[in-house]
Amino acid sequence: MSVDLSQFIPSFLEESFEGLELMETSLLNLEAGDNDTIHSIFRAAHSIKGGAGTFGFDAVTDFTHLAETLLDEMRDGRREVDPKDIEILLTSVDCMRLLIEAARDDEEYDEEKIKQTTKQLSQTLANTSTTNDVNAEPSTIENEHAVNDEASDEQSIYQIHFVPEHNLAKTGNDPLFLFNALADLGDLTTVANTSELPALTDIDPQELYLSWDLTLKTEASQEDILEVFEWVEDDCLLEITKAENKNDAEPEENSIAQQPEKAVQIEQANTTEENTDVAVQSEQTTQNTSATVVDEASTSKPKAKAKVEVSSIRVGVDKVDNLINLVGELVITQSMLSELGSDFQMDKIERLNSGLEQLLQNTKELQESVMRIRMLPISFAFNRFPRLVHDLANKTGKEMELVIKGEQTELDKTVMEQIGDPLVHLVRNAVDHGIETADVRLANGKPEKGTISLDAYHQGGNIVIEINDDGGGINRQKVFAKAVEKGIVEPNATLTDSQVFDLLFEPGFSTADQVTDISGRGVGMDVVKRNIQSLGGRIQVDSTMGKGSCFKVNLPLTLAILDGQLVKVGTETYIIPLISIVESLQVDRELINKVSGDMTLYRLRDENVPILPVYQLFGLTTDFTNIENALLVVVEADGQKVGLMVDHLLAQQQVVIKSLKDNYQQVIGISGATILGDGSVAMILDIPGMIQMALSYAQTKHQKNSTSNQSAIGEHC
Amino acid sequence: MDIQELATDIPVEGEHSIEGIDFITSGEQYLTFMLAQEQYAVDILCVEEIRSWEVPTKIPNAPTYIKGVINMRGIIVPIVDLRLKFNVGQASYHDTTVVIVLTYHDEDSSKTIGFVVDAVSDVLNVEEHDIQSSPAFGGCIQPQYIEGLINVGKNVVTLLNVEYLQKVEKHASQH
Repeated sequence: MSVDLSQFIPSFLEESFEGLELMETSLLNLEAGDNDTIHSIFRAAHSIKGGAGTFGFDAVTDFTHLAETLLDEMRDGRREVDPKDIEILLTSVDCMRLLIEAARDDEEYDEEKIKQTTKQLSQTLANTSTTNDVNAEPSTIENEHAVNDEASDEQSIYQIHFVPEHNLAKTGNDPLFLFNALADLGDLTTVANTSELPALTDIDPQELYLSWDLTLKTEASQEDILEVFEWVEDDCLLEITKAENKNDAEPEENSIAQQPEKAVQIEQANTTEENTDVAVQSEQTTQNTSATVVDEASTSKPKAKAKVEVSSIRVGVDKVDNLINLVGELVITQSMLSELGSDFQMDKIERLNSGLEQLLQNTKELQESVMRIRMLPISFAFNRFPRLVHDLANKTGKEMELVIKGEQTELDKTVMEQIGDPLVHLVRNAVDHGIETADVRLANGKPEKGTISLDAYHQGGNIVIEINDDGGGINRQKVFAKAVEKGIVEPNATLTDSQVFDLLFEPGFSTADQVTDISGRGVGMDVVKRNIQSLGGRIQVDSTMGKGSCFKVNLPLTLAILDGQLVKVGTETYIIPLISIVESLQVDRELINKVSGDMTLYRLRDENVPILPVYQLFGLTTDFTNIENALLVVVEADGQKVGLMVDHLLAQQQVVIKSLKDNYQQVIGISGATILGDGSVAMILDIPGMIQMALSYAQTKHQKNSTSNQSAIGEHC
Repeated sequence: MDIQELATDIPVEGEHSIEGIDFITSGEQYLTFMLAQEQYAVDILCVEEIRSWEVPTKIPNAPTYIKGVINMRGIIVPIVDLRLKFNVGQASYHDTTVVIVLTYHDEDSSKTIGFVVDAVSDVLNVEEHDIQSSPAFGGCIQPQYIEGLINVGKNVVTLLNVEYLQKVEKHASQH
């Protein structure tokens, strides 16, 4: 009865990483006396250990066992929860993650770190055992525990009488696994009892007729041994007796040859192992090529991140139930409509209309529910921050706390995966550049402890993530001076605050006087911005000197669907993403100004907004070329507002984004395409791209006109 | 009479109406089509489908030979007018104007592009040794698009290289 265990490895990994995350967050929140939390941490560690044992990830099992022992002591109240231990446990969690990742990728891990942590753990363990012995022995059971733990040097001998029920193998348990697990605990000798064996003709090959007498010489406690038999307890007769020590009554060696059945089982077990190997290998082959190259190229190998990302989503049952309900309604509507259609007369038109209305409603709700399946609470992305801030606080010696709000806000899985790194970057910056040291804070009349808050909320079909800190704020002058120094802006240029803060996102821009290992190299903010933009989002900075800064990230809820405004230009229909639209208006002739040669500006309250005629930009022919009375859609991107001149405004609707790149290529000014209700294709406008286009258009025109022609910047067109 | 030859003579059910196409063949099969008066061919295994001409959605600032994109069962497919691309004949659109949708599978990806031609004509069976290399004399089609020439009766069919056809030149914004 061999089961291919390898098929369960992905779910083991997934569960383990979840368990590790749980351990981490719980550890960070752990306070003395909080037994529930300790229990849950212990349980997480325990299941990881159990799983790892099953799949033969011995390194993980061994290491986790140590951490578990420490947790066990805390659980039983034999050890105070002190910050130092928590620190060690946090490092252990890191190590466990490292080991599990190594097991997943079948790669080498940082042995030095594991060894160090192992040493730390065993030292800590050794410490208590002694102190505890003196201190507290409240109950006999606990006492026994302590003895067992303490007796780690002494080996005791256990006699185990194991009589499995005949159908044990059918329940998926293999005695061989049990014995292997026992053998891991210490020296194991097995003697099989074949007296129950029926005549060859009566043997049912799926039944188990053997019983065993085992002798185990080990440091482990009786509990550990019982744990091995945990799964089969109910299906066997088990007697464990602790032999009176030392007398090594070596039982005779067990010979496999005398038990044909056993031999068969060994073979089966082997094949299982082989299967696992093959599966793991085949997983590896895909990445092997790249991995080996990296290995050879550099000794300190940057982790060739495995492609074996677990790509499954856990969906709440309520969501699935809701979906089933909706499908049920859809079926009812469908049968109603088809009944109506089979015998239709004009007087039933009202019923038809209401039926179609219902169908529309159903489809809409169904779409929403399906999309919601991909939605995860943002706490998945926020979860890593408590640890990050905790570590950074230790590293920088600043005091701060992290406040997380709105972690139940839901966000598309793909967006979530890609927003993680930019957020980490922003939080690091807030810690390193934002929050001041305690003495500076006190001198400025602020509380000693800095506060960083992460807040997520929905706003008009978008999700907004705010990263606030109550630190020193961004020094406007310093940023401006730096920008001038780097030649990004002219010294006498006048910029608004938001324009100045936008300079932070220029490549290679950093105002930090000192480069720390946390941040300050000026790499990254431009990447942050690019990542957010590639998700169709935008980032805004707001900062008050001395009061703190706020980074606001605006993201679409999903990458697959977009709220758009349909507009018509000439014969073509275009879609403007609703997120970038500020307002739409009819041009008032008096507010049009022609300035600096050929630039057309529109006075929108206090601002002057350049007008971009879409037909000109895209080379289309249209009857609506007159700027007076034209329709303007004012859009904003990168802090720049422009007015797109279009022929007509059509409906607003949700559109499914299709890539142009798949079969064609990226087109400047277009972010993708979609299919409209009538089956035709419409292009989705890429507002930043269009602004860029207009800029280079203006530049080439400028160059054509100017005779001096000194600069050739931006001539790529 | 050889049994093989006999087999070719016996029409299978449903094939009676189709004439001039040999179904049992050892060589490759090619779809031939017309651009003006000239005949061209592509590997038939690349042909996804043959559609009638419909007006596509324009792509802004694309070269003139790229007519736009259409929706083919939920896939966005760009449309290239081969007559404009190769500068052969007039780019006019009639009832017989068709779009041949070709898919070429690369190692890791595949591209699907529709090509506007004047008419589809035939399926050719060609042995590999019947494909002649094309002379390197001018013509408006760049030599890398041409895989070879095939003699069919008195006519010559130009065999096109689908891989190269699929490579759309990068175009920047033009004003």
